[in-house]
Amino acid sequence: MKRDAPLKNYGQKLGLMLLLLGAWEGLSRLGVWSPYLFPGPVTVAKSLWSMAVDGRLLDATLRSLGRLGRAYLMSVAIGVPLGLLMARLAFFRNAVKPVVMGLQALPSICWLPLALLWFGLTDTSILFVVVMGSVLGIAIATEDSVQGVDPQLLRVASTLGVRGLRFQFGVLLPAALPGIVTGLKLGWSFAWRALLAGELLFVSGGLGQLLTVGRELMDVPQVMAVMVAIILIGITVDRVFFQTVEGRLRRRWGLEGTL
Amino acid sequence: MLRALLGRWRSSLRLLRPAHVEADHAKISVTQLGHRYANKVVALQDVDLNVRSGELVCLLGPSGCGKSTLLYALAGHVQPTGGTVSIDGQRIRGPGPDRLLMFQEAALFPWLTVRGNITFALAARGVPRSQRKERADQYIRRVQLQGFEETLPHQLSGGMKMRASLARALAVDPTVLLMDEPFGSLDAQTRIHMQEMLQSIWMRTHKTIVFVTHDVHEALMLGTRVVLMAPRPGRIVRDLEVHLPMPRHPEDAALTEMVRHVQGLLREVERNTLPEATPPRATASTTASTHTLPASGLTRPVR
Ligand SMILES: Nc1ncnc2c1ncn2[C@@H]1O[C@H](COP(=O)(O)OP(=O)(O)OP(=O)(O)O)[C@@H](O)[C@H]1O
Ligand SMILES: [Mg+2]
Repeated sequence: MKRDAPLKNYGQKLGLMLLLLGAWEGLSRLGVWSPYLFPGPVTVAKSLWSMAVDGRLLDATLRSLGRLGRAYLMSVAIGVPLGLLMARLAFFRNAVKPVVMGLQALPSICWLPLALLWFGLTDTSILFVVVMGSVLGIAIATEDSVQGVDPQLLRVASTLGVRGLRFQFGVLLPAALPGIVTGLKLGWSFAWRALLAGELLFVSGGLGQLLTVGRELMDVPQVMAVMVAIILIGITVDRVFFQTVEGRLRRRWGLEGTL
Repeated sequence: MLRALLGRWRSSLRLLRPAHVEADHAKISVTQLGHRYANKVVALQDVDLNVRSGELVCLLGPSGCGKSTLLYALAGHVQPTGGTVSIDGQRIRGPGPDRLLMFQEAALFPWLTVRGNITFALAARGVPRSQRKERADQYIRRVQLQGFEETLPHQLSGGMKMRASLARALAVDPTVLLMDEPFGSLDAQTRIHMQEMLQSIWMRTHKTIVFVTHDVHEALMLGTRVVLMAPRPGRIVRDLEVHLPMPRHPEDAALTEMVRHVQGLLREVERNTLPEATPPRATASTTASTHTLPASGLTRPVR
């Protein structure tokens, strides 16, 4: 990672962004497509602003994030222990891991019909889809990172007589932690996708529904505005939360050069 | 000229005498040890070795002669396929708190500070919480790492990492310290420094240490005994006591002379032309007469 000229770097990025937005605006003003179908960034921004002002955006965002938070916590609570078990116990490795790997191949939205039959048109259905969409990835990443722990550390733990819980939580878990956090990040993006896919399909009051409503009203600026909002939320969580945690962890663990 | 050379040769022989340690006086007793890995490599065959309490034994030999395997068998990390290893007359069946293995890499826990690494090890050994920090700091001072208590391993140099690792090993106070080429990855300068440090620590604590190396100079610099091994199958071909007072100086003339002598032996081992050392008991009297050993057996090396 180079840190020589952050300001210049940001300036470059900002310039490119402005260039792209300008091109978009220009393209929409050109009138090749109807402005209703291809609004420019200004119109989209206006729509976003109006949704933000009348509270619809905040409402939908909170609902979506609330669901996501609950489902994600559940995924972590199940996925990390499951991954640890798969890495450490022969039964889980031989019997459960193949099942987990198999199910992981299924796109998460494919769980929706089953969820609807089981739980009806409820929040639970969406939660179920989100959990199924992220828990397996988290479990597999956890298993992977525990398997990949430096064998030298395990030998040292053994010769120092570190055993039992002290070994599990004092050696194995911290040694695997950077890998686990990467898995959690991946799990979060899976969950975010699964959530929006689920919300799109029935009346749910989240960001997904705001998109559907936009489509039903043929309000392209609203659709685009919600898309922008979704992107911004995604980037924010990824950057602000996961990158910070991951970066700190990797630096402390000495996995990244510090000057 | 020739006479001077001959004299030197003699003196190096006088300083390096075959070791004979009876099993019942030994701290570590290895009898008829054999190990064959799953891929049919015979890493060790009929290895007999007795180590007295307080000795610093260097296992020396070319790559692949089974030094690490022997050391891991002592540690209990390798279950030998034949023979026995006993410590204080007790046959060992696995890793135990009385023995501690150190590796070529410092193998510190990267998420713990230097002090944290030591207190964690102390906790695992059941040292009460109130004593851990003080004891950790005591050993940090002993390896001259004061000021780096709160430093993370990746912020230390290779030599400092190794010192931290040594402090951790000493702090848990095993009766036997097993070291597998611990200074092998360090540069020459740091290496000498580490050797001097280990030497002074050994002189203070008289820990029983088995030290694997393939550096002849290192073996003679540190060892009260040097055990020469040969490969295919891994076996012991010479077991010599080093009668050179400690602390030793790396440029000591007698040391240099011995290094030359042992390097000669090692070359023969590599060319596979070294005759098997005749069983110690049979030759004990003849060697004694040629090299003027006291009849009562060997005096302990001077320290
Ligand atoms: N885990 C293993 N599985 C199979 N063979 C092994 C294993 N470990 C070592 N060996 C073989 O056993 C022999 C002795 O190995 P060992 O590691 O004890 O040698 P060494 O004297 O320590 O060598 P070096 O100086 O290179 O560390 C070698 O021929 C090696 O190939
Ligand atoms: Mg080795």
